[in-house]
Amino acid sequence: MIRAALDVVSTWAIPVLLAGIPALALARGVKVYPVFVEGAKEGFATAVRIIPALVAIFEALGMLRASGAMDAAAAALAPVTSALGLPASVLPLVLVRPLSGGAALGVVGDVLRSEGPDGYAGRLASVMAGSTETTFYVLAVYMGAAGITRYRQALPAALLADLAGFAAAIVTVRLLLGGP
Amino acid sequence: MGAIWTVLLGASLVAAAVNGRMGALTAAALDSAAKAVTLSLGLAGAMALWLGLMKVAEEAGLVRALARVARPVLVRLFPEVPPDHPAMGAMLMNLSANALGLGNAATPFGVKAMQALEALNPRKGTASDAQALLCALNTASVQLVPASVIALRASAGSRAPAEILGATLCASACGVVVAVLAAKALGRLFPAPAAEPGAAP
Repeated sequence: MIRAALDVVSTWAIPVLLAGIPALALARGVKVYPVFVEGAKEGFATAVRIIPALVAIFEALGMLRASGAMDAAAAALAPVTSALGLPASVLPLVLVRPLSGGAALGVVGDVLRSEGPDGYAGRLASVMAGSTETTFYVLAVYMGAAGITRYRQALPAALLADLAGFAAAIVTVRLLLGGP
Repeated sequence: MGAIWTVLLGASLVAAAVNGRMGALTAAALDSAAKAVTLSLGLAGAMALWLGLMKVAEEAGLVRALARVARPVLVRLFPEVPPDHPAMGAMLMNLSANALGLGNAATPFGVKAMQALEALNPRKGTASDAQALLCALNTASVQLVPASVIALRASAGSRAPAEILGATLCASACGVVVAVLAAKALGRLFPAPAAEPGAAP
């Protein structure tokens, strides 16, 4: 019931906004077309402005993934994390999730295929991927767009939030869906 | 950020040397750079569309009306931002689009909010507390329905692809709470340099 309602909201929201906002604005006497074009120009310029920051971050993350550093880290961490309720097959997801959304979904797909979607590992990987974001990408785009080069507490706060999300995923999957 | 970036590059070099993957490194660096441009240009269309729409909404007074509704929560989270500032409207749109899982719409609003907050920032080029908190909130996903994960589960033959909804919501909520607490608490550990009037950002 709730899920059906959310489905309706997510399919209707954008078309209704796209048509509804100009209609409301026109009724209030706004010159909708030139105003839209002016805002769109700003959006396009912003997208171009974030390219340098995005290139820098993607280059570093791409090199890190290709170097095999993540595999080495996973091998070193596996004994500790297994004891904490994180199966070795799901560990790469924790390492890759903040760096690349595509790679993270790749790991989830891999776990779902190899261990089944309805087991502990499959459920845990699903919850972890769904409850966190691609931290470095978000930071690069948002900070880059505002021309910020010193992030201050943003990176540690974001990574702590990821860590909390992962830990909470282990607890909630065990409580709500059952342990291994 | 300079130090972290350099460490990432250095660590890649060392790890590649140890693992004998030096050949893959050049290709990875160039491929990633190209992908960054493709992604930004792919974003350009969505960005232009949504910021155009936002401008229309702004002129019609809709953004300010929306911001007034969410003022009680946002004012408490961002006490240093004036309640009527355009940043409030953009942040509200950003956070609601995120919650509904409209990632394509959330990013342009978030970007707009960051730029509006930068106008309030006395130290250009250094993140303000409000900007750090907004970023932390966006990296802690507040999505109500993780559609891509559910689709992935369905295609893997799950008996109940959406059974993870409750656990995902709880885990997201934990992430959001920690994001807010950490951004607030860690601000003191990362003091911003003194404002330099007239300095180039």
